[in-house]
Amino acid sequence: MSWIPAPVSRFFHRTSSPPYFYALADRFIPWLTVIFLVLLGAGLYGGLYLAPTDYQQGDSYRIIYIHVPAAWMSLFIYVLMAVMGGIALIWRMKLAEVMLISSAPIGAGFTFVALVTGSLWGKPMWGTWWVWDARLTSELILLFLYMGVISLYGAIEEKRAAARAVSILALVGVVNIPIIHYSVQWWNTLHQGPTVSKMDKPSIHVSMLVPLLLMAVAFKFYYLIAVLQAAKLELLKRETSSQWVKALLEKQA
Amino acid sequence: MKPIRKQRLFLIILMLAGLGLAATFALKAFNENLMYFFSTSDVAAGKAPTNAVFRLGGMVVKGSVERPNADLLVRFKLSDFEKEVTVEYSGILPDLFREGQGIVAKGALDSRGVFVAEEVLAKHDENYMPPEVAGSLKKPAAQP
Repeated sequence: MSWIPAPVSRFFHRTSSPPYFYALADRFIPWLTVIFLVLLGAGLYGGLYLAPTDYQQGDSYRIIYIHVPAAWMSLFIYVLMAVMGGIALIWRMKLAEVMLISSAPIGAGFTFVALVTGSLWGKPMWGTWWVWDARLTSELILLFLYMGVISLYGAIEEKRAAARAVSILALVGVVNIPIIHYSVQWWNTLHQGPTVSKMDKPSIHVSMLVPLLLMAVAFKFYYLIAVLQAAKLELLKRETSSQWVKALLEKQA
Repeated sequence: MKPIRKQRLFLIILMLAGLGLAATFALKAFNENLMYFFSTSDVAAGKAPTNAVFRLGGMVVKGSVERPNADLLVRFKLSDFEKEVTVEYSGILPDLFREGQGIVAKGALDSRGVFVAEEVLAKHDENYMPPEVAGSLKKPAAQP
């Protein structure tokens, strides 16, 4: 791997060793939790208290402070899973498999939250809980993909084989991601077009945008905390008989 | 990179390219069905079905909303800034329904060429701003 600088490559090799990763995760989780809580507090205070009401929707628009970050996370985590799947398939790296499968329930959770909050907002604003337009349908398919990853992994007894199958599923499903993102531009949908990611300036007032971005970063930190904890557990389950787990247990006993 | 890894990377890229292509063709083929609604120009051009239920989307034309009777019947014009279609609906309108706002109505055309809606949904736009800002934006537009 001559095209990757040696220190970077060394860092990855070291981090990908389960005992090292386990210790590293333990060290990072408290810090990540502090950052998450600070961002969450600031984002909620800004979004629910400081931000002004919307000129058309009044206070109901404030659901975007949960809905939009959750929807972004649902796409972001799936892309990460596909990348992990690629790494797991190409380099047969155990840690990538663990990270992939640990991310799936978290991503499914965010997708579910995005769908439910959208539905709650849709009833008063659009006049309906649910419509089968391109955006809503493709996001629902994303939820099914997450559940497919989780159940496929659970269905195969041998975990290395299961991880390989899941990696392929994660890679196949990634075609849905651009469809979700561009659905509101490619087709007529009831769901509105993009607000923040437009190339020119976002069509949201800056006093409303800042808390939204704070919440988005807070959600990223939440994901990090959750995925590290899930990955720690998955590593312990997979490596029950290995030396480092035994040493860890003895140390804690 | 070891040759075997290079080969796997190549296979994955090939798989993704194939999938992407397949998805593109599939979506192109279903393009019509993925459209959630027809525009008013489609109706004027006769592209919309004449004796079946479909959805019609557009902006409610300013000053066109009228309630001819004392009941819930409301009549308004929808436009995509090119063609207009008259819509009749009797029922409760969503919060965001107002003149100048985008809506999607489900219903069918009757013999008069009027779109009789059985359901009206408001389509929210992607703009969020405080009322003061919205007010100051409207002022310069009012004096041409």
